[in-house]
Amino acid sequence: MATTTVTRSAETRGDASPAGRVRAKSPYPTWFYLPAAVIYGVLFIVPTLIAFYFSLTRWSIFDSKFIGFGNYVTFFKEPALVTSLWHTLVYAVVTSGLKVVLGLLLAMLLTSQILARGYLRSVVFFPVLVSTIGVGLTFTVLMNPEKGLINQSLAAIGIQGPGWLTDPSYALLSVALVDVWKGVGLATLIYIAGIVSIPQEYFEAARVDGAGAWDNFRHLVLPLARPATVTVITLSLIGGLRSFDLIWAMTRGGPGFTSDVIASVIYKQYQAGFYGLSTAGNVVLFVVVTAIVLPLSRFLNRKEVEL
Amino acid sequence: MRKHHIAIALLAAGSMALTACSAGSLGSSDSSGGGKVSLSFLIDNGAETVKIGNQLAKDFTAKNPNIEIKVETRPAGTDGDNLIKTRLSTGDMSDVFEYNSGSLFQAIAPEKNLVPLDDGENIGNLDKNFTTTVTANNKIYGVPWGGFMGGAILYNKDVYSKLGLSVPKTWDEFIAGNAKIKAAGVAPVIQSYGDTWTSQLFVLGDFANVLTADPQFADKYTKNQAKYATTPAALAGFQHLQQVHDLGYQNKDFASAKVPDALRYLAQGKGANYPILSALTSELIAENPGSANKIGLFAIPGADASQNKLTVWSPAGVYIPTTTTGAKLDAAKKFLAYIASTDGCNSQTAASAPTGPYAVKGCTVGDNVPQVVKDMQTYIDGGNTSLALEFLSPVKGPALEQICVEVGSGISKADAGAKQYDEDVKKQAQQLGLSGW
Repeated sequence: MATTTVTRSAETRGDASPAGRVRAKSPYPTWFYLPAAVIYGVLFIVPTLIAFYFSLTRWSIFDSKFIGFGNYVTFFKEPALVTSLWHTLVYAVVTSGLKVVLGLLLAMLLTSQILARGYLRSVVFFPVLVSTIGVGLTFTVLMNPEKGLINQSLAAIGIQGPGWLTDPSYALLSVALVDVWKGVGLATLIYIAGIVSIPQEYFEAARVDGAGAWDNFRHLVLPLARPATVTVITLSLIGGLRSFDLIWAMTRGGPGFTSDVIASVIYKQYQAGFYGLSTAGNVVLFVVVTAIVLPLSRFLNRKEVEL
Repeated sequence: MRKHHIAIALLAAGSMALTACSAGSLGSSDSSGGGKVSLSFLIDNGAETVKIGNQLAKDFTAKNPNIEIKVETRPAGTDGDNLIKTRLSTGDMSDVFEYNSGSLFQAIAPEKNLVPLDDGENIGNLDKNFTTTVTANNKIYGVPWGGFMGGAILYNKDVYSKLGLSVPKTWDEFIAGNAKIKAAGVAPVIQSYGDTWTSQLFVLGDFANVLTADPQFADKYTKNQAKYATTPAALAGFQHLQQVHDLGYQNKDFASAKVPDALRYLAQGKGANYPILSALTSELIAENPGSANKIGLFAIPGADASQNKLTVWSPAGVYIPTTTTGAKLDAAKKFLAYIASTDGCNSQTAASAPTGPYAVKGCTVGDNVPQVVKDMQTYIDGGNTSLALEFLSPVKGPALEQICVEVGSGISKADAGAKQYDEDVKKQAQQLGLSGW
């Protein structure tokens, strides 16, 4: 990280001769970067390299034995893995999509001239500040099929609510909804910032041209808040792909394996003492997240430039 | 001046690392002034376990005033497994600790991490069924913590007598009885998948019946020559689980109920049968006063009425890690000998009502025991018991509870579940380096 900053700042200065541009003289002596480099190396680079090695071993905390790609073969043969990959994608897309839609709508509402706007803004943001585990446990109680507040309220108006977390076809989506409830505040905040930064002149000009509220939204807010959309999608997609804490607090991947995602499968392997296998799983997760997010963010950012 | 700053930074980082290490060894570094030895003793944090631990520490110190026992607790379940493994591998383990016997004991590399006890006092006094579960390479490493448990069906005697039912000796009788129970408006089989581990009893508690059909199953299983999916007697456990769900015999909230709910249904007669470990009897009685004589136990019935056997879980063990040395080692051995004596059993009985017979010769549970323990004793006295698979083979898969929940909730079928479990155990066997996998 330190090195990229150096070269970039050198490039942007751009006052040196072609030869000098390759290696511009930094105003700081090299050893100045040493503490950061040591910390970064010891805490990030070394563990990452060691993790790649241990993912190729059968590792039982007391000793380890090199077994080549055996762990990866086992991991991909794990019956829960294929479904968990699918679950991870569903979870990421559902949470990310809902956060974009709801976040944008809430941001529109909270940037309009409504009563108690400041108070409502903090109310929407509040769930973001609460501990994920606390949210998970609270909603587990609320979503209890017999004794939970949600189903009891539904029963009061004559609806038989489903087993939110115990019915295999709802469990994953229920957790995703809670994730949206908890995370939509951040998306809203980003959108508010994006919408507020749109110059008022555009709206005035649109009014002169006779644009209505819908035209304003469709042709001004939506395209001009695009950087905010890109940020929200990227952040919530990465968050959704590696989500673990909420799922673990609410269902532990259950019932059975029906709400297992990659991260929870990895954690279960770790719990069982299969350290090599779970390290291999982490490498897989790393590759999957990179493979999805890197092209996506390139695509989104390129569009932004063309605009 | 700059160098000075760096030195301070290094010092700070270093001392942070040091404190991080010593947090795990609380209590084990105390001085032994005046010939007094202080031992740290790590147990799991179950309410009954803590009672027993404190009582043992108190009674032992009363007899050996020079040795003080400090009880520490750890989480139970898989979190506890991690903690034990981490502390053993970093040399940070308490002086004495309690941990599972059987396959989990094999997974902590006993030959490398534990002190063998063979020539120790009272070790010859231990029940063979127990010592085989704490033996590695012909050496005994642990003394028993508490008594044997049964993996069986707890049943409400009132419901059974009201409907004129007797204890079933075969699975078919059990299902026939359940039809009557359901017709009477009582949930025949209580399941509590809110606590996932409780889903495994129909499979794990059925093992005595598997051994009846094939006495060599455990050996073959360890050598990768027998499988759950292809051995009909072993597959039966999964099929029972599916059948109970298919017939609608479970309590309505089986998917979300937890152990306390299940015990309450059983005690109140809202449910008739609960397949579970007999060790939960103490919780049953503590939470539901007056249920001690209302709830009985029978073995999970199999195919053959003449071979009605109970599957038994061996007690957990108390071990000494190799990091305990010198005067502490002598004191620790003394403490273990005490646990393995009749005095030790009496101390445990005083702390918490026993939920099964002790593994120490000469120890009795007394007459004032719950019906469940009496019923269990009948099986033991008649020689109609066998150990659960996890004590006869080190091979046990970590995902059985989730697989059982899937089969028991109708998400997957019995044969698919059995196949999935066979795949699951493969990882454990490879991890342990067993031959043939």
